[in-house]
Amino acid sequence: MFDQKNPYLPYSVIIDDIVVETEDKSLKTFKLVIEDEGIRQNWNHTPGQFAMLSVPGKGEAAIGIASSPTEKGYLLFTVSRIGSLTTALHQLPKGARIGVRGPLGNGFPVNSEFKGKNIVVIAGGYAFTTLRATIVYLLAHRQDYGKITLIYGARTPGMLLYRNELKDWEQSGLVECHITVDREAPGWNGIVGFVPAVTERVAPAPENSVAVVCGPPIMIKFTMPALEKTGWKDEQIYLSLENRMKCGLGVCGHCNVGPVYVCKDGPVFTRARVKGLPVEF
Amino acid sequence: MKIRINDHQLIQWIQGLITKFQVFYPLQDANSGVVHIQKATGSLNSDAILKPVSGVPKTSIKTFFMPQPEVIARFSIAAQDAEAFVLKEPGTALQTQVLLNIRPCDARSVALNSMPYAEDPYFQKMLKRTVIIGRPCDETCSTCFCELVGGSPHGTEGMDLVILKTEDGLALEVLTQKGADFLKQNPCAESAGLQPTPQQQGGQELPIVAREMQKKDLLALYNASFWPQIAEACINCGACTFLCPTCYCFDIQDEVAGTKGVRLRYWDSCMFPLFTLHASGHNPRGQKVQRVRNRFMHKFKYFPDRFGPVSCVGCGRCVKDCPVNIDIREVISLMQAV
Repeated sequence: MFDQKNPYLPYSVIIDDIVVETEDKSLKTFKLVIEDEGIRQNWNHTPGQFAMLSVPGKGEAAIGIASSPTEKGYLLFTVSRIGSLTTALHQLPKGARIGVRGPLGNGFPVNSEFKGKNIVVIAGGYAFTTLRATIVYLLAHRQDYGKITLIYGARTPGMLLYRNELKDWEQSGLVECHITVDREAPGWNGIVGFVPAVTERVAPAPENSVAVVCGPPIMIKFTMPALEKTGWKDEQIYLSLENRMKCGLGVCGHCNVGPVYVCKDGPVFTRARVKGLPVEF
Repeated sequence: MKIRINDHQLIQWIQGLITKFQVFYPLQDANSGVVHIQKATGSLNSDAILKPVSGVPKTSIKTFFMPQPEVIARFSIAAQDAEAFVLKEPGTALQTQVLLNIRPCDARSVALNSMPYAEDPYFQKMLKRTVIIGRPCDETCSTCFCELVGGSPHGTEGMDLVILKTEDGLALEVLTQKGADFLKQNPCAESAGLQPTPQQQGGQELPIVAREMQKKDLLALYNASFWPQIAEACINCGACTFLCPTCYCFDIQDEVAGTKGVRLRYWDSCMFPLFTLHASGHNPRGQKVQRVRNRFMHKFKYFPDRFGPVSCVGCGRCVKDCPVNIDIREVISLMQAV
């Protein structure tokens, strides 16, 4: 639980900037600035954590934090317009005031299990958001980690998130990037194919490595055998679950997967842990 | 510590409490025979206080700790308001409320719900403002089963004070510091200075059923073959979860009228498909059998794994009022047999 007297009350934030990420305009990145200076300066989170975004009058929704804690002074959330809250959020202009309640959940163990390891990031579609946070964090502490490999796929080139940053990472040589789209597209000279197939071709080595895999269930389902083939163990693979949430504090009962609460015990679990749970996500 | 009191002293004490606080106690409706927990007024039913009605009240006392609905924040949406869209605490002043003649099962539910709500500021405030005066059960009903789930008709868990029947009249026993402080300010007969009876410290053994369930394999229970059979008759009405004193799930919704808004907390139920529906349309518990299983797995496996005891006090309300006669006692024995 985050450090606030009443964890149900969000911090007030101002929408400082809005970037339309994708060609279908269904994904926007909101840059939010916490109004209270003290809270803004003391804010800290772990990549992989989420927050409840609050549009007063409309409600709240759990959204992964897309910025890294090393990016100071603001928070990024890339939001898909899909439900009532996110639709309301998409209609707001720059300068509007909303609320942020968090950070919530556990995040990726970037300061423990990940230290000194090669990191393989496998992402599909807009599940990439907290993985952007992770990569930015890893790059800010580059010397603490081994090789960083990114396998990221979207349906079309226009559906890829953070395209400028992808280019920077690739050109800098700091991240080995394998960016793919589902089928041939005009102007696309990169890889074509689904994430599981690309993963199989890249065949990242499991020795002294961890993999973080986020994406639609179908992508995860077929990526797992691709990793198994090259000898990956369930303990090395990190997944981030999502379920409907209300409180984000492990009380309201909505997000449970068997005995665990995605909001409090997760959203990050190893594949080994997920295998011991009922399939309720 | 306890003192002996007589009928007259008890009634006089309660008459006094009514003038200062909101006092609620179970009362039987003369026409329907149904027992409801009602607010005591000047025309106190002395008989119902001295000889508490037998039978479980229709609804539990969870409404006194989790009001339905509960305002958790207020805000303004007036554009000219400098603090528009800032959520603030409701700032409602909460006065002491007294729950009188509460059954051991209902009192125990408060202790159980305090576990998941240990850090919930709203629940904790309600807990602080409430004094529970319990009353042991003289007779059990055909639907209740407190002993099976670790309670007792004479248990005092969750109570601050308890009114006991002795060979020659009544006695008032102090169980908690809150109870002692309350009696100090509102003495009954010679009660001033009464200290709480020392309660068993820690190491309290878990009920057998909780220890049994903790030992069972999670997925073996989850994948047991009897769930479709239990769920078959269920119509997902959610009555069990609303009547249950230890079902504590909630929803949060915003409501706006004019330029004023409130964020509200409502009771919710894992029996409803909307409970887990993602915005994408995906639903991890879209099937009835998954929802029915979740209710029982939560009570008898997930909760004990996390907190120790089972999340059931055996009041039997769900047994009594289930429209399709699903009997939680049968579910427990099926789960025990896995």
